Amino acid sequence: MAAGSGGIKDATAIVGIGQTPFAKRLPEDERTLACRAVLAALDDAGIAPGEVDALASYTMEETDEVELAKACGFGDLTFFSKVGYGGGGSCATVAHLAAAVATGQASVGVAWRSRKRGSGPRPWTNTAVQLPTPAQWTRPFGLLRPVDEIAMLARRYMHEYGATRDHLFNVALACRNRANQNPAAIMYDRPLTREMYMTSRWISEPLCLFDNCLETDGALACVVVSAERARDCRRKPVYVHSAAQSLPAQHHGMVNYWNDDPLTGPAWAAARHLWKHSDLTPQDVDVAQIYDAFTPLVLLSLEGYGFCGRGEGGAFTEGGALETGGLLPVNTGGGGLSEAYVHGFNLVNEGVKQLRGTSTAQVPGASACLVTAGEGVPTSALLLRS
Amino acid sequence: MLRPVTDTDGAPFWEYAARGELRVQACAGCGELRFPPRPCCPHCQSFQTEWRRMSGRGRVWSYVVPHPPLLPGYAELAPYNVVVVELDEAPRIRLVGNLVAGPGEPVNSLATDRLRIGTRVRAVFDDGLPRWVPERS
Repeated sequence: MAAGSGGIKDATAIVGIGQTPFAKRLPEDERTLACRAVLAALDDAGIAPGEVDALASYTMEETDEVELAKACGFGDLTFFSKVGYGGGGSCATVAHLAAAVATGQASVGVAWRSRKRGSGPRPWTNTAVQLPTPAQWTRPFGLLRPVDEIAMLARRYMHEYGATRDHLFNVALACRNRANQNPAAIMYDRPLTREMYMTSRWISEPLCLFDNCLETDGALACVVVSAERARDCRRKPVYVHSAAQSLPAQHHGMVNYWNDDPLTGPAWAAARHLWKHSDLTPQDVDVAQIYDAFTPLVLLSLEGYGFCGRGEGGAFTEGGALETGGLLPVNTGGGGLSEAYVHGFNLVNEGVKQLRGTSTAQVPGASACLVTAGEGVPTSALLLRS
Repeated sequence: MLRPVTDTDGAPFWEYAARGELRVQACAGCGELRFPPRPCCPHCQSFQTEWRRMSGRGRVWSYVVPHPPLLPGYAELAPYNVVVVELDEAPRIRLVGNLVAGPGEPVNSLATDRLRIGTRVRAVFDDGLPRWVPERS
């Protein structure tokens, strides 16, 4: 692809994916899990570790580039980036590698995520690092956890648009049903019923246990190369068709209560860029992997990325729309709610599986997949195609 | 319980709160209110600021009821409420706080089934923190 006018559209492809097992507790440390996932992804691609010259990761990852490069035996790195805002950065890692490879800054890029969130501490319990701005405006009043911050927006959303707990349940159920088809998913053998959902304990009203993602140990990685190089790799290339990061004007991460319109978040700004640089429209998307740390984020994202109108995210989920064979099958590996919560990186790899035709809940003939990072924080998104 | 850890921009809010005054940062150039406090105005880029006194009246914009697991000090109070209040003078200035049964009452003093979006409230101060009580209608 000629540099310049074409941008990054279809200039690069994901050619390898790798993952460790997912569990509440894995014996190996975060660094070891990172190495295993990265080496598995390179093996999947058929590319030697010595050829890696670019890395991309996102914050709340403790394993740094030096450690990974030394341990895995990478070559000379000429590009490395780390994206902020936790789960908002998942897709941005691939976007950064795509830009680096498309512009000649590097030739083989690896993005990864390794976490010990199942057996390690909950980040919100560390009050020492949780009290800069804007924590002074929220935490003394007992708004302590991410779930509390998002529940506040969810309550307002339900009030304004008439969304119900059944709509949130539809999201949780679709993810669980797909996990029940995925042997790698933590919730593989644990079905969810409406009664279980409606009688489960509250975490932060109006959100209950099943509105919250899992707490998982595990790691994943993927490999990005040029479209030209991709043709010689071991697997069918999955092209990065369009990519976006998004920090909307006057947005306030998580506690987005302080602007004119708190119920339109980063998804809207990411979507504008994503579709502007795409040959596709939302109607062309066969399957979506939507960041699901909490169920209401999926409703907001359905609106933001243009699958329905404003305020229609709840109604969109009715009639099995998110299930296999529905209007828009989502989170086909089980997502953060029921496969594993690894800050959204499993959504990237699941998008690749769908476009290779190897998902455990394969959408027949899927050729375009949207993958999103965390809504409610400065975010990112990818439009992948086969 | 956590105390506010303030920064340069936020400190005046808490100094006024300690005196029982609810004040919000405003641009001394164009007059726009802004929250949370910041070094300069996103509308006119002026660095001149003032702290404008609010009536302390507003309405509940949203609320949550946290349940454990929570930090020590909060877990014992659960279920309690956290509200976001939009101020009468500036509905887009929204303050996080707690709705309590009366001045000096704890954050779990109001039955959670009494919480409603739209409830009219007024600010009271307790140990330097603004809290909110339902307006008598």
